[in-house]
Amino acid sequence: MNDMRFVETRVTTNEAKFTAKDVQVYYGDNHAIKDVSIDIEDKTVTAFIGPSGCGKSTFLRCLNRMNDTIDICRVEGDILLDGEDIYDKKVDPVQLRARVGMVFQKPNPFPKSIYDNVAYGPRIHGMARTRADLDEIVEKSLRRAALWDEAKDRLNAPGTGLSGGQQQRLCIARAVATEPEVLLMDEPCSALDPIATSQVEELIADLRTRFSVVIVTHSMQQAARVSQKTAFFHLGDLVEYGDTGHIFTNPEDPRTESYITGRIG
Amino acid sequence: MPFLWLVLILLAIAAVGYALGRARALASSGGDIVQLHSLPVYYGSNAALKSLVPALAVLAVWLVAQPIYVTNVVSGMIPQAQIAEGVSDSLALSEVRRIADGLDLAVANGALTEGEARDGNADVGALTQTLQDAGAVVTNEITAQALAAAQRFRALSAGGAWAMTAVVIAIAVIGAFVGIRQTHKDFRARNVVEQGIRALLIAASLIAILTTLGIVLSLVFNTIEFFRLYPALDFFFGTEWAPSFTGRGGASSLGVLPLLWGTIYISVVALVVAVPIGLFSAIYLSEYASPAVRSFAKPLLEVLAGIPTIVYGLFALLTVGPLLVSVFGEGGLLGVNWQGGGRAVITAGIVMGIMLIPFVSSLSDDIINAVPQALRDGSYGLGATQSETVKQVILPAALPGIVGAILLAASRAIGETMIVVLGAGAAARLSLSPFEAMTTVTAKIVSQLTGDSDFASPEALVAFALGMTLFILTLGLNILALHIVRKYREQYE
Repeated sequence: MNDMRFVETRVTTNEAKFTAKDVQVYYGDNHAIKDVSIDIEDKTVTAFIGPSGCGKSTFLRCLNRMNDTIDICRVEGDILLDGEDIYDKKVDPVQLRARVGMVFQKPNPFPKSIYDNVAYGPRIHGMARTRADLDEIVEKSLRRAALWDEAKDRLNAPGTGLSGGQQQRLCIARAVATEPEVLLMDEPCSALDPIATSQVEELIADLRTRFSVVIVTHSMQQAARVSQKTAFFHLGDLVEYGDTGHIFTNPEDPRTESYITGRIG
Repeated sequence: MPFLWLVLILLAIAAVGYALGRARALASSGGDIVQLHSLPVYYGSNAALKSLVPALAVLAVWLVAQPIYVTNVVSGMIPQAQIAEGVSDSLALSEVRRIADGLDLAVANGALTEGEARDGNADVGALTQTLQDAGAVVTNEITAQALAAAQRFRALSAGGAWAMTAVVIAIAVIGAFVGIRQTHKDFRARNVVEQGIRALLIAASLIAILTTLGIVLSLVFNTIEFFRLYPALDFFFGTEWAPSFTGRGGASSLGVLPLLWGTIYISVVALVVAVPIGLFSAIYLSEYASPAVRSFAKPLLEVLAGIPTIVYGLFALLTVGPLLVSVFGEGGLLGVNWQGGGRAVITAGIVMGIMLIPFVSSLSDDIINAVPQALRDGSYGLGATQSETVKQVILPAALPGIVGAILLAASRAIGETMIVVLGAGAAARLSLSPFEAMTTVTAKIVSQLTGDSDFASPEALVAFALGMTLFILTLGLNILALHIVRKYREQYE
């Protein structure tokens, strides 16, 4: 199955969306990411796997400069989005985050109605001229997040009143509503039950048709199911990066093999 | 026997009980602590608690009950005819108490022997002279009945004190003995001590609650007394506040409306000052400031909360008042001549607002910090700026808590006195202009009760009705605030 996806990937992807070169991240004195260089392809699901504390979430947060909100965090090296350095002084991190959306580990709907949660981004970025435009964006986003049928009759109910899985899909709808080019997902299913997880995974497969998705996950099955490319991080190093099928069936580095067979982690 | 000595003896008995209980526990297990059900400390504490708690409880009850009993007996001895002369019951009783104290003093000075002091047939005139020579404060004529009552008072008090000492010490010794006897290696001393601690905690909270209840009851009874002397309708709907102290209940107008209006007006001005400044500084401190700035600025802001209100009052009187007059007064910067003097609603309101800033900012800061970081991340992750995040996510999430903080600040503003006295003056007035002097409920309570006040007149009792009004007002605000804060908490836990 993985090999088939591998073939499919080859057909649909071509150019690099993100290019990272020699990225170093420090938390105070702690060297959290060491010399990471990676090309993340457009219209592809890329999975970051690795044991806890290996730096995969940290690296993910570098891609939309979420680490800027942490005072002691320092990023060195180049990260290019469509050939443009996102850490350049000219780049506004706020604009960048509108292009690179993010879904977090724990569902974090705002304490607002479902409608207002989804409309949040479009309102901030002035994407809708009229109320009808906004309604359309909200409906489209909720449909894309496979939440429309459950939520259409309660758009004015608070987003916090949904179940865990619904909340996470609401957060995905919220991220999708700003029409990002890349969607970063930081362990989006770790707080969800198996049914909600499979719904979110189906969603990821759909999302790939429109933009590139980077997902951090602890579940190797999930990485194998949803991704076309997999990067294995260990202790701040990018150990191995390649096609998912290849990494899981024929890892080149002994550490990768140990991790996916459950010996380290 | 002095009270202090009695307590020391009780403590000594408890200490001995502790040592013996501990030793007996160790002995019962042959010195092996592991064999005991509880640590040796608990066996000792058990004995100490058993001796101390009942003894102290009896002591407390006795201390309350004895004066009541003695007073009852003695007041029965004073002829009703004498009381009817216009001297109130309590005055006659306090006279008796003064004579008894005088006798004690005279005996202590050596002016009288104990036998002479107890002599029921003593010459009243000579005794009065002796007591006055000894420095006691008594009236010129001690009546024979009063003397007899005083002597009975002394006898009862002294006898009661001895009986109390004996009973309490006996209870302590018996308690210690019981505690020591119980001690055995299988006795569950830990659990007993646990219960003792629990009882102690319950007692502490009971005292707090009962005291509150006592305060409320004293307010209620005095308020009822006031309404018996003064019509409630006039109090609640009267628009004039003009108490007369010369006529003793003559033509006083005691309408609460001017005072309530002043209170609410000044509080509103204070909140208009305090809420935006406090809230914005809280937002700056919790969302924008770097840790270094925050660790420096937050304590600095909280210094404001440590300034005594009388100092704020001086600030209002000497700085803010004249400053405002130089802007709004005659020949001022604006040339409007609105403000006649420094004492005005706006002066007190602004200074009170400054006082409330740390109150609002500190509480709001805590509440804003309690908003989960995940919500901020979510908003930033969608490309929102900091102020967009604050305005659209953090403030709505924290709003119920902030409203609670504001209501708590409001109830402080309503209860504030010193700033009003010094900043707003003492004139009770119904006016819409913030540049006029006005006064508040609290300031008037102070002025009604300071000086030589007769607690039977409506002019003094009105203070309790005012206090009750204020209490209900702030209680309502506090309940509302707590309710809102609680509702907010449920949202995130």
